[in-house]
Amino acid sequence: MVNNLLDRIQALGHGTLAALSRLGRANVFLMAVFAGLSGMLMRPGLLVKQLFSVGVQTLIIIVVAGLFVGMVMALQAYYALVDFGAEDSVSVMVVLSLLRELGPVITALLFAGRAGSALTAEIGLMKATEQLSGMEMMAVNPVERVVAPRFLAGVISMPLLAAIFSAVGVMGGYLVAVQMLGLDSGAFWSQAQSKVELFEDLGNGMIKSLVFGFVVSWIAVFEGYDCIPTSEGLGQATTRTVVYGSLAILILDFVLTALMFSK
Amino acid sequence: MSEVLIKIRGLKFSRGDRVIFNNVDMDIPRTGITAIMGPSGTGKTTLLKLIGGQLRPDAGSIEVDGQNIHQLKTRELYELRKRMGMLFQSGALLTDLSVFENVAYPIREHTKLNEAMVRQLVLLKLNAVGLRGAMDLSPAELSGGMARRVAMARAIALDPMMIMYDEPFTGQDPISMGVLVKLIKSLNDALNICSIVVSHDVYETMSIANYVYIISAGTVVEHGSPEDIHSSDSEWTRQFMEGLADGPVPFHFDAPPLFDDLFAVSERRRG
Amino acid sequence: MNTRTLELLVGLFVAAGLAALFMLAMSVSNLASFGGDEGYIIKARFDNIGGLKVRSPVSASGVRIGRVTDISYDSEGFEALVSMSIDPQYNTFPIDSSASILTSGLLGEQYIGLEPGAEEEYLVAGSMIDITQSALVLEQIIGQFLYSKADE
Repeated sequence: MVNNLLDRIQALGHGTLAALSRLGRANVFLMAVFAGLSGMLMRPGLLVKQLFSVGVQTLIIIVVAGLFVGMVMALQAYYALVDFGAEDSVSVMVVLSLLRELGPVITALLFAGRAGSALTAEIGLMKATEQLSGMEMMAVNPVERVVAPRFLAGVISMPLLAAIFSAVGVMGGYLVAVQMLGLDSGAFWSQAQSKVELFEDLGNGMIKSLVFGFVVSWIAVFEGYDCIPTSEGLGQATTRTVVYGSLAILILDFVLTALMFSK
Repeated sequence: MSEVLIKIRGLKFSRGDRVIFNNVDMDIPRTGITAIMGPSGTGKTTLLKLIGGQLRPDAGSIEVDGQNIHQLKTRELYELRKRMGMLFQSGALLTDLSVFENVAYPIREHTKLNEAMVRQLVLLKLNAVGLRGAMDLSPAELSGGMARRVAMARAIALDPMMIMYDEPFTGQDPISMGVLVKLIKSLNDALNICSIVVSHDVYETMSIANYVYIISAGTVVEHGSPEDIHSSDSEWTRQFMEGLADGPVPFHFDAPPLFDDLFAVSERRRG
Repeated sequence: MNTRTLELLVGLFVAAGLAALFMLAMSVSNLASFGGDEGYIIKARFDNIGGLKVRSPVSASGVRIGRVTDISYDSEGFEALVSMSIDPQYNTFPIDSSASILTSGLLGEQYIGLEPGAEEEYLVAGSMIDITQSALVLEQIIGQFLYSKADE
């Protein structure tokens, strides 16, 4: 009985220590990635390749999602506002929610699912097939050659993708509000312009997406590099990227929102 | 035995609670093929990673060409690694590059040769392993044996002083096994370098090795020329060399007598 | 895929991202109508500012010309002191202009409306607007209405 209890407490301690040591490894790893960035910048070709697979290949899903999110937002805002005779403010609601929340957050969630998991799987597979070890034995630093370009591509792509998501979302909102619901096109833009602040709303949204891009890319490359090099370990690492990445995005979103918009 | 290239003294290494090496001493000569054999799971691959400086021992030292691997700074270690070639079990070719680019990779990384010279070098290296015709293929299109041969061409790309082969014969059909055996031998003789072959394929390894170490349970059980090993009267060595099912390594995993075990189920559950 | 196509696509991607940012900045946010805080500051005192907030718009004849930058309480005059930043291109408001706190629509937010006066001299940075009209507070309006009804 007492032994059983002690076992559980020990398991708790073991789990805590394991989590802490993972966190420590992740930080040490991040430092190594930073150190590798400078060496990587001498080979811009590596970055271009990763910008393609991280950014360009995520573009389609971002555009489609952005369009429909914008359209739904416009519909919902219309039904909520029409009762108050304030349907001209549809654009304000669509634009503000896209810029402040939906743009950065949904883009980051899709990014974690599409690009993040791919990054983890790619790096993990290279580890499992000894390609990373092979590079090390060829006196080539795999963190610099494999990890750093992927990380940087993630950090660069996220804000761009979020901006595209929001812009496409606004156009979707415009389609629904003006073409479908027959609101005035001039009012749509002028209402938004009078209420949306450049730095407050657009700027803070971009900062959010930059932070999300940093964190998701970090989690993705770390999980890949730290994974157990078997097919099972690889699967778990990919799942962890999506789960931890998504949770980190939502938690950070709350923290950032509290810091930015509370006055 | 010629001059020593790799000197291992008092090597200790463990993973978690499992002791992999316990006080291992080895001398690997500068030229010729040294085979390191032992049953699966004795840490042969680990030994190669220790020599390559990818793992750190708990105690003891490994000197390669007079330099203590684990006291080198990263930069010095990388310098030393340029003179080491390693052939991984899977070949470890970079999957997003063609065969040609894979062999060219270390040359491009570490030299400033112009494109024409890189091409010449790569073609020569690929020719040495008989795969010049496959230079435009991608690694995914190669068979396992061919991938290993490409990896060999890559390992000798910078004319190293030593090549480490990690289980080069595992999972190969007889023909590609024969090709690999011949290649290891001919590359070693042509380049006059140090080759370390880690394997448990007794027949193939013994046919080319100049010197053999047999390790088991964390220690060197026996070492000597292939003839010495063949004529060894150690019971353990005989079991390993001849592949006998029962001997010093018992057929049965450690267990209480069968009779006790069969009728002890209910008691054990309670304990 | 060769390097050229790859770089081309990446270039398009980056350009699209920047274009999206630009579009958001220009057509949806207030960048086009009022850029930054480099306007000149003028001040006004109000008995009651109602729901006026920092960043509320300042407009003249319905055109937005600036925004409220600071609201504080003057404990000597027992009045609210409002600072507003006015776009420098509108620098010809006479010194006797008046400021009122108005409400856009029935439920809309409150803003400051500037009504130009007739003097030759213009408002400059640091000027104080003397003629002000406070926000209408619903309770006061109802109260006045009830009193006037009771008087009848």
